[in-house]
Amino acid sequence: MKSDHVVSIKLYSAIFGALLVMTLATAGAAFIDLGGNLNTVVAMLIAACKALLVILFFMHVRYSSRLTWVFVGAGFFWLMILLSLTLADVLSRRWLPTVVG
Amino acid sequence: MSDSSIVHAHQFDDAEQQHEASWLGMWVFLATEVMFFGGMFLGYTIYRSTYPEAFADASNHLDIWLGTINTAVLIGSSFTMALAVRSAQLGARKPLVRFLILTLVLGALFLGIKFTEYYAKIEEHLVPGSNFSYAGPLGRAAQIFFSFYFAMTGMHALHMIIGLALLTALIVKAGRGRFSSVYNTPVELVGLYWHFVDIVWIFLFPLLYLVGRHLQ
Amino acid sequence: MNGPVEERRQHYLNVNYGLKSWLLTIDHKRIAWLYLLGVTFFFFVGGLFATLIRLELLTPQGDLVQAETYNKLFTMHGVTMIFFFLIPSIPAVLGNFLIPLMIGARDLAFPRLNLASWYIYILGGLFTLAAAAAGGVDTGWTFYTPYSSIYSNTHVALTVIGIFITGFSSILTGLNFIVTIHTMRAPGMTWFRLPLFVWAHYATSIIFILGTPVIAITLALVALERLFGLGIFNPELGGDPLLFQHLFWFYSHPAVYIMILPGMGVISELITCFARKRVFGYDFIAFSSLAIAVLGFLVWGHHMFVSGQSVYASMIFSLLSMLVAIPSAVKVFNWTATLYKGSISFDAPMLYALGFIGLFTIGGLTGLFLATLGVDIHVHDTYFVIAHFHYIMVGSAVMAYLGGIHFWWPKMTGRKYPEPLARLAAVIIFLGFNLTFFPQFVLGYLGMPRRYHVYPPEFQVLNVMSTAGSSILAVGYVLPLAYLIWSLRYGVVAGMNPWKAKGLEWETTSPPPTDNFEVMPTVVHEAYAYGAAESQAVYPAGKPANV
Repeated sequence: MKSDHVVSIKLYSAIFGALLVMTLATAGAAFIDLGGNLNTVVAMLIAACKALLVILFFMHVRYSSRLTWVFVGAGFFWLMILLSLTLADVLSRRWLPTVVG
Repeated sequence: MSDSSIVHAHQFDDAEQQHEASWLGMWVFLATEVMFFGGMFLGYTIYRSTYPEAFADASNHLDIWLGTINTAVLIGSSFTMALAVRSAQLGARKPLVRFLILTLVLGALFLGIKFTEYYAKIEEHLVPGSNFSYAGPLGRAAQIFFSFYFAMTGMHALHMIIGLALLTALIVKAGRGRFSSVYNTPVELVGLYWHFVDIVWIFLFPLLYLVGRHLQ
Repeated sequence: MNGPVEERRQHYLNVNYGLKSWLLTIDHKRIAWLYLLGVTFFFFVGGLFATLIRLELLTPQGDLVQAETYNKLFTMHGVTMIFFFLIPSIPAVLGNFLIPLMIGARDLAFPRLNLASWYIYILGGLFTLAAAAAGGVDTGWTFYTPYSSIYSNTHVALTVIGIFITGFSSILTGLNFIVTIHTMRAPGMTWFRLPLFVWAHYATSIIFILGTPVIAITLALVALERLFGLGIFNPELGGDPLLFQHLFWFYSHPAVYIMILPGMGVISELITCFARKRVFGYDFIAFSSLAIAVLGFLVWGHHMFVSGQSVYASMIFSLLSMLVAIPSAVKVFNWTATLYKGSISFDAPMLYALGFIGLFTIGGLTGLFLATLGVDIHVHDTYFVIAHFHYIMVGSAVMAYLGGIHFWWPKMTGRKYPEPLARLAAVIIFLGFNLTFFPQFVLGYLGMPRRYHVYPPEFQVLNVMSTAGSSILAVGYVLPLAYLIWSLRYGVVAGMNPWKAKGLEWETTSPPPTDNFEVMPTVVHEAYAYGAAESQAVYPAGKPANV
């Protein structure tokens, strides 16, 4: 399932450092107007990267079996189903012109 | 790595099968947690796309310094938790206990800061309900924002409290020498849980605190 | 009655006695019995609500109960039957009992979590019963906002908290099944040697895990809104009623597959045994279970065609709903092909299985009518919908449950039930069911709306037929309750394999020992090897003792 792989303190520290840097970066970037929806996109990308680092290294998924990857992926994939199909409704509701009166 | 001298529960053939089952079981549980929090993330996404100005305005009422510090605190606690698991893997009892205690302290610090923020919001009349007060036309949707703020961070805080209880149990057991390099599954599993709670916050922070800073 | 050998042999029922040995058990077989008691109780509670509904609908006027009371009746009927009977029934009773046996394991992966799941189920049930006793809920089992979150004056919070709690019971069961099936199969039990019952429960568990948490958070948000004014669904603040519906149906549509997939698993076992044939298209049936579980998550918007959902989203959901019918159809074709040139016997379990195939076909096809956007505009919220889902839930799921209970009763109890009476009951149920629900298709098509306690007089004849059918159905359900209990004491003692069926559960004694097998099996054959004399597994020192 998960190998008894022991991760070095050095690697953990590097990941921790990266996470801190990204936290400061996302907070700082929030004050800069990047235009349109770009602020949100950037914020979400940074968050996704941080999450990925935690998953791969702190949670040892990098060193785990494929079955573990499937389980990890399934959770997020299903969340995407919930979000995308619901947004498909919400965002397309105004496309059809409605008759008033 | 299978040692028939390691005690395992009667339904399992050996300790390795037990470990595999426990590991998978925790990941299945975490998948349920993704969907659990996911429902609130969906609601948040819908309303943010419908009321972008109100969400941006409301978000700016949150204290970005406390939010950022808290994010760093929680990430730090994930770091110490990972080091605790590592100590358990190496059979290093004293470092294991120390790192678990550190994790507990950082988690408690997070909650302390969080409740300070909550208290401030109560004073500012930003808790949804009959006491809610928000100047301007964005007030209606701002109340929805704060409903999500309290629901999501509240649910997150509840998970943190459960995590602290689990950590306490681990500290007691670790102190008594119950874990070793051949048996440390509970430490591993609590670690997975703790990191997951950290990941939820990693997404909550930008979504709640950083919506409209560039418009300030 | 009991031979001397039976009295001396120790098995999971007589290994110890007393209330504590049952309430603190970690044996999956005993936990299955605990669940059996629970689901049977809730089945009859739900049946009581149904009886009152059908009595009211004998006449076009509202003369038995007031409108508000009627609203509570259909709400409590739905809540009880769905959350406290249908969802747990086959998985928590038959799944719990059989999965470790079928895969050659001593128990599930997490026996204490299994017991915890039962206590959680009972706790949730108590909350819901408390809400019923305090006056009930009138929102419909669907709890649509803002009526449920703001305007209803009934015990919404108490009820949704009860359902929230029970949801964790499902989650723990699903977790246990998935981990057990992945990690604890006996040597030689590869995935494609598993009984299709196990595949069906694996697929169901995927839905338990990925769907239940969403309704949990949704109901929690409704409770928070009612109790603390967290106005996420409040239209006065700009809240969207459709958000609730999306969240609710994201779970509740896959939930219907939770209710039918285990039944399909039972049918695969019954058809093969009573046609004495290996199943046609094993791989296809296995994969279609998974396909139903996955596709089932993509169709929930078909419950919202007339709620204000965007027409473009509705078209997508309509198309996807057509797709999900395909794997179900594959199963029906394969079971039928299994019957072809089989050596068929009409024991009670087989009667239930055959009934299932026919009634599921009708229920499934009418689902396609509902999935068609244009048709749904007319029949949505009419008795057509009610007939459709009762053909699946009652005509199929309940019959599969009963068929399974009868089939594995000798294994669970060491006793046979009285076969002629059982066949009679199966026939009564089949006839009573059709008389109850077929008229409802007509009523719905003619326009009778659901959830109304009054109706235009021209609908009375069909309603009377339906109520008459329900009284026959009730008799049919009480009969097994009576003779199964009777058989515990007076039934003929069953041997290890009274049906001469294939499967690891039949290669151990009836009832099995606590650890399921005196000697753990090693699997060497495919599943359903009817026609071959050997058992599916070999055992180190020859056959297990007490053959």
